[in-house]
Amino acid sequence: MARAASPRKQLITTLAAWSVALIIFFPVLWMILTSFKTEASAVASPPELLGADWTLDNYAEVWSRSDYPRFFWNSVVISVGSTLLGLAIAIPAAWSMAFVPGKRTKDLLMWMLSTKMMPAVAVMIPIYLLFQWLGIFDTRIGLILALMLMNLPIIIWMLYTYFKEIPGEILEAARMDGASLWNEIVYVLTPMAIPGIASTMLLNVILAWNEAFWTITLTTTKAAPLSAFIASFSAPQGLFYAKLSAASAMAILPILILGWFSQKQLVRGLTFGAVK
Amino acid sequence: MTKTLRALLGATALLTLSGAAIAETTITVATVNNGDMVRMQGLMDDFNAKHPDIKVEWVTLEENVLRQNVTTDIATGGGQYDVITIGTYEVPIWGKQGWLASLNDLPAEYDVDDLLPAIRGGLTVDGTLYASPFYGESSMVMYRTDLMEAAGLTMPDAPTWADIEKAAAAMTNKDAEIYGVCLRGKAGWGENMAFLTAMSNSFGARWFDEAWNPQFDSPEWKATLDFYLNLMNNYGPPGASNNGFNENLTLFNQGKCGMWIDATVAASFVTGKDSTVADKVGFTLAPDNGLGKRGNWLWAWSLAIPASSQKQDAAKTFINWATNKDYLALVASKEGWANVPPGTRTSLYSNEEYAKVPFAKMTIDSINAADPNAPTVKPVPYVGVQFVAIPEFQGLGTTVGELFSAALAGQSTADEALAAAQAAVAEEMKAAGYIQ
Repeated sequence: MARAASPRKQLITTLAAWSVALIIFFPVLWMILTSFKTEASAVASPPELLGADWTLDNYAEVWSRSDYPRFFWNSVVISVGSTLLGLAIAIPAAWSMAFVPGKRTKDLLMWMLSTKMMPAVAVMIPIYLLFQWLGIFDTRIGLILALMLMNLPIIIWMLYTYFKEIPGEILEAARMDGASLWNEIVYVLTPMAIPGIASTMLLNVILAWNEAFWTITLTTTKAAPLSAFIASFSAPQGLFYAKLSAASAMAILPILILGWFSQKQLVRGLTFGAVK
Repeated sequence: MTKTLRALLGATALLTLSGAAIAETTITVATVNNGDMVRMQGLMDDFNAKHPDIKVEWVTLEENVLRQNVTTDIATGGGQYDVITIGTYEVPIWGKQGWLASLNDLPAEYDVDDLLPAIRGGLTVDGTLYASPFYGESSMVMYRTDLMEAAGLTMPDAPTWADIEKAAAAMTNKDAEIYGVCLRGKAGWGENMAFLTAMSNSFGARWFDEAWNPQFDSPEWKATLDFYLNLMNNYGPPGASNNGFNENLTLFNQGKCGMWIDATVAASFVTGKDSTVADKVGFTLAPDNGLGKRGNWLWAWSLAIPASSQKQDAAKTFINWATNKDYLALVASKEGWANVPPGTRTSLYSNEEYAKVPFAKMTIDSINAADPNAPTVKPVPYVGVQFVAIPEFQGLGTTVGELFSAALAGQSTADEALAAAQAAVAEEMKAAGYIQ
């Protein structure tokens, strides 16, 4: 039977949760507020809130100076494309690691994770040359490949963890009933792991959307996504915070909306198998 | 050959020819985000009308990202960029390394002899012009004429640092949140070290002697840093160690600074619509100490062609359009003379219309007062007024900038900061092989 928390304890817990949430959200809130201020108000010391000069000019200027829809569309294609391609490779890989592990599966998983610890800049020149050589520099296909490879270890790790929670006997039963490997993965495993796959997908879309190093390094004009759009609003005379904030707000808004509507799925997936 | 076949072949040939006639070359221009560059993008109709065979695509990036991407591209021979925007710091280094195409063969209408000598000198290596200046700037003193008048002082046309200290003391009224002087304090080779390196020139200091030995243990550097810290601690705004160009611009425009010594490009901002003191601003030369060098810098954002570009002819056509005299006239006709990119051409400063712009004379006088090839009182082995044109300078400048910024924040003394700077720079210069 669940224990009922005392009102005092409940109040403290609620306050603590709100405080943590506000601390985490505060930078985003501040950025959004700054995007509606004039440049002078944006860097005023002490910071202005009630007495600030509010304006929509930053958004108007950012919109007029850049081809936002093109950057936005590139971001959508690159983040969704790299995620889908990553899932297509990671689901069979995680299946084999979870249900038919070999002697070196654990080592392989650790090795994959260790590649994430390498600083990206260390392989910048080889990757740059490779992209030139393959003719995929400044193309969406090139970025989809790069981001997929970058996030593949995380996708495989997450899916492996979720798949491990699914009893192998169920898959065995399916096999006994004559299911082929394809049917076993598509019709038995995948539906049971949907929350895990969905949260992996969402997290990967967010990671790909926010990636700034490779997306700026490997593009010039055609495939540049929203990370390059934000970078273009940083000025050599100093940071013009209000315009930069407006550009940043326009860049994160789609992903913020996606996160808002999928938060239930996201939390469900992240806590999948946490309590047994 | 049948008639039909001949007709088909003829038609194909014609189609091929007409295709060639309208074939366009696409060039990629990598640039930084500043007002003059944005204005140029708005005037592209003129270029497109004159050169329908050249299509221009823009990549706008943050300064450091642009530098990284362009160097990667040049080093790997990628050829992704056809025109790049680079500063005075990079041109001598990249030119020497053979990374840039020569611009000595621009057409006669470009009139290379019209370029301001100081700016041209900074963009030329061994007689080869490697970049064409788009706009040039120096630094100068911007001051509040009303506060000076109230204090019973007159700003000299060529002030000394003693004059600046005296004026700062007279104008400071901390109760009313008015601070005598606002200077850069934020750490960075292009932030506080741009100001302090230029300032040190007027105190007789230098980064290195002729054998590349660091000179932060010299009495000249001590005099520079002591003066700067005293001035800022007594008459500067609180939290000055976090202030860069933008923060000081805001403070000045809010009426909180008596004086601000910074880029000449700021003149149009402090007299613009966002300034609460627009009609009370005077300009004068950066200060000196009677040693023959002023504390002003020299910088130009310029257009250059990476040696790896496959479309150098089209790139030269674009650079000729963007940086010749006709472009200045085009901006003047569309946006007014005050918005013409300053500091590149002699003819602009002999133009009667441009002479009416309030900051025109001070800008040209400031630029002429700087010599990137002889920036210091004592001889030095390097080029550059507010920087040292060696690849290691970005790292060195930022390291020393952090030490000096910490001293301004009260975390260390001037002596400690200078000793640490001397040690850090000496170590790096040894590692880089300049000294044993």
